[in-house]
Amino acid sequence: MTRAFNRRLLIAGAIFVLVATVLPLWLSAYVLGVLTTAYYFGVFSMSWDLLFGFAGEVNFGPTFLIGLGAYTAALLDNAYHPPVVVCIAVGALAALVGGVLLALPALRLRGPYFGLVTLVAVLLLQNAIVIFARFTGGEIGMTVPDVMTIDPKLNYWYALAFFVVSAILLYGLSRSAVGLILQASGQDAVEAQALGFNVTKHKLAAFSVSALFSGVAGAMLVFYMGAASVGTIIDIGIGVQIIIGAVLGGRRTILGPAVGAIFLVVAAEVLRPLGQLNTFIVAGVALAVILFFPDGLLGHVLRPRENA
Amino acid sequence: MSALEARGLVKRYGGLVAVNDIGFDLRSGEILGLIGPNGSGKSTVMKLVMGIERPDAGSVKLDGVETVGWPSYRIARAGVGIVFQHSRPLHRQTVLENIKLALLPDSLLRLTAMAGVDDRAREIACAVGLSDVLHRHPATLPFADLRRMEMAKAIARDPKVVLIDEPFAGLTGTEVEAFSELIRDLRAQEHAVLLVDHNVKSVAALADRVLAMYLGQEVATGTVDEVMRNETVRRVYLGGTLEVAQRNGAAAQARPSLLRVEDVSVFYGKAQALERVDLHVGEGEFVSVVGLNGAGKTTLFNAISGLVPYAGTIAFGDRPLTGCTPASIARDGIVQCPESRQLFADMTVRENLDLGGQHLPADARAEQLAWLFELFPILESRQNQVARTLSGGEQQMLAIARALMMRPKLLILDEPTLGLAPVILEQLSKALERLRATTPITVLLGEQNVTFALPHADRVYLLEHSRVVWEGEPAEFAAVMGEGYL
Repeated sequence: MTRAFNRRLLIAGAIFVLVATVLPLWLSAYVLGVLTTAYYFGVFSMSWDLLFGFAGEVNFGPTFLIGLGAYTAALLDNAYHPPVVVCIAVGALAALVGGVLLALPALRLRGPYFGLVTLVAVLLLQNAIVIFARFTGGEIGMTVPDVMTIDPKLNYWYALAFFVVSAILLYGLSRSAVGLILQASGQDAVEAQALGFNVTKHKLAAFSVSALFSGVAGAMLVFYMGAASVGTIIDIGIGVQIIIGAVLGGRRTILGPAVGAIFLVVAAEVLRPLGQLNTFIVAGVALAVILFFPDGLLGHVLRPRENA
Repeated sequence: MSALEARGLVKRYGGLVAVNDIGFDLRSGEILGLIGPNGSGKSTVMKLVMGIERPDAGSVKLDGVETVGWPSYRIARAGVGIVFQHSRPLHRQTVLENIKLALLPDSLLRLTAMAGVDDRAREIACAVGLSDVLHRHPATLPFADLRRMEMAKAIARDPKVVLIDEPFAGLTGTEVEAFSELIRDLRAQEHAVLLVDHNVKSVAALADRVLAMYLGQEVATGTVDEVMRNETVRRVYLGGTLEVAQRNGAAAQARPSLLRVEDVSVFYGKAQALERVDLHVGEGEFVSVVGLNGAGKTTLFNAISGLVPYAGTIAFGDRPLTGCTPASIARDGIVQCPESRQLFADMTVRENLDLGGQHLPADARAEQLAWLFELFPILESRQNQVARTLSGGEQQMLAIARALMMRPKLLILDEPTLGLAPVILEQLSKALERLRATTPITVLLGEQNVTFALPHADRVYLLEHSRVVWEGEPAEFAAVMGEGYL
């Protein structure tokens, strides 16, 4: 709590931001495009880690929140053509409201049922989109008339800025007094209650924050890609990728999941020439890390030593 | 006015009445001990006070304000602190940060701790004797310090009422003394303290008054002396007058050894549960290990069954068991019938028994089954009943019968009398007597209830605070230990 941002982390972060900012000077539009997507996935995984790593709740449906944000923004843009910023804000609001409506009853459940409810929520959303294909484009997806910009460099910088701001806010929150209470709630809810903390309130707040960031990221992703489709935003497979990214990077660290998610997106792109084998190798690496380094890639670096 | 006033508390779990009409008063500056053997409902009472469980009837008043129905965080903020027996501290934070946690406001908007929290946390840490380890992480602390940290968290908000669950579990003699001193300090600072313990002895020196519970009901209330002299309390713990029905002692000595336990120690994390225990069981012998709850009986049996890692050697016949899996030990013929019974609750009596006899050929299984129905006639009539609907005594008989289906060479019975009414004890006792008389089986029985343990035993071991403190024949035990056991 006292050393929320230690010096080494600060320096490493500053170097990353600096390097990432000047990258567009050298990299091709194609590579920038991959990194842009990767940053959004980084935010997805960080939001997920706040829930799982800190509140101790496994959310199998990160794409429910992302999808709500993305599709609300896309539908609004198609219907009334407000400025993109307004679409994103409304999308974020939709994710927040939907998230709270889902979490309120779900947090009353114990054990694995919370996770199952979130999983069902994704399937429901997916079905709703297919059923209302007239508005949503169904399985084919829907395009949006507006985009943030068509300049790949600008798109990249938008994504980077959003990623960095999210990382600072989420990491700061995780290391704050509220983060401490959240962690206690996740670890031993009965004891946290007995210490005078309203565990449900704190977990609900964590879910809301997670939903908000997921919703904004989802909506921005739509206005970057110019389209929203079930396969790229809501599919269970996307949710699994977000979760694997978080675990791969090191859960309970916020920054680790960001790295893990970016790694997965980039690795999938690098290995694309291998075709089908690509998914197999990425999955294999993820499995190996989870089995042999359960703390994740950055778990050891980012987590203060527990035995020192 | 009492700081805490409980009246007519009732808590049911399904058909089981865990707490039945319990009430007490607790004043500031007073220590009340709530005692009773495992399963008597005392921890449930504590949970009802804390709001972790909701009572089916009754009232709890904190300074005259009804708190039943409040969530536990509200009760905590109203002035009740609890020291859990098992807790999970934040392992990534230091001791000081763990204590600070308890001082944080329940707010979503205060991202940093208030001024003064740091000083207050240090002050509490010093008060409970943690000043040297403020910046260590919980995983590196000795067990006693972890308990101190839990204590610090519980009293951080200066609660009027402090609940302490099994304050001395896992502590050594000197640590018990230091911890007792802390609890006396709480009393001196006008806190109202409720101690929950299975052991009369350990709270005797501390408590101003004691309430003894058994099977969910109050059996006695009063000063420590009054309660310890109470006839019902003595019967609950000792089981009434001591009887012995020892077989020929000399013959027992000549038996070839079946099980040898040498110099065995077990640690649970940092708590020592067994300290250099030696024990042997001869073929066909009936050996009882007696000791109060928490003395280490279950741990000893779990070590023998290979369920917990241990230091020292355990040999079965000629074969050392070190490194054997629990499954291979069971196949070798050591079958444990655990305290918690572990029945397949949704299967019928017959299915439970058939599973126990899974490895036997069909005709041997039928033969074994017939023999068991003779031993426990009640099970024959209940064959098609689902195990969970049996009474406690019947469940215990089924657990023993299922263990016997495996045709064990050594049967380990862990606390078979747990939570059973006296009538049932008698039935169970008769069944054990028949078992001993009609078969050459070797039995290792762990019991808190001495009256139940002695009649069948050829030899007795007394476990106290993780160590074997006495070994001998039942007749001597009755003479020597009968008085000092409680």
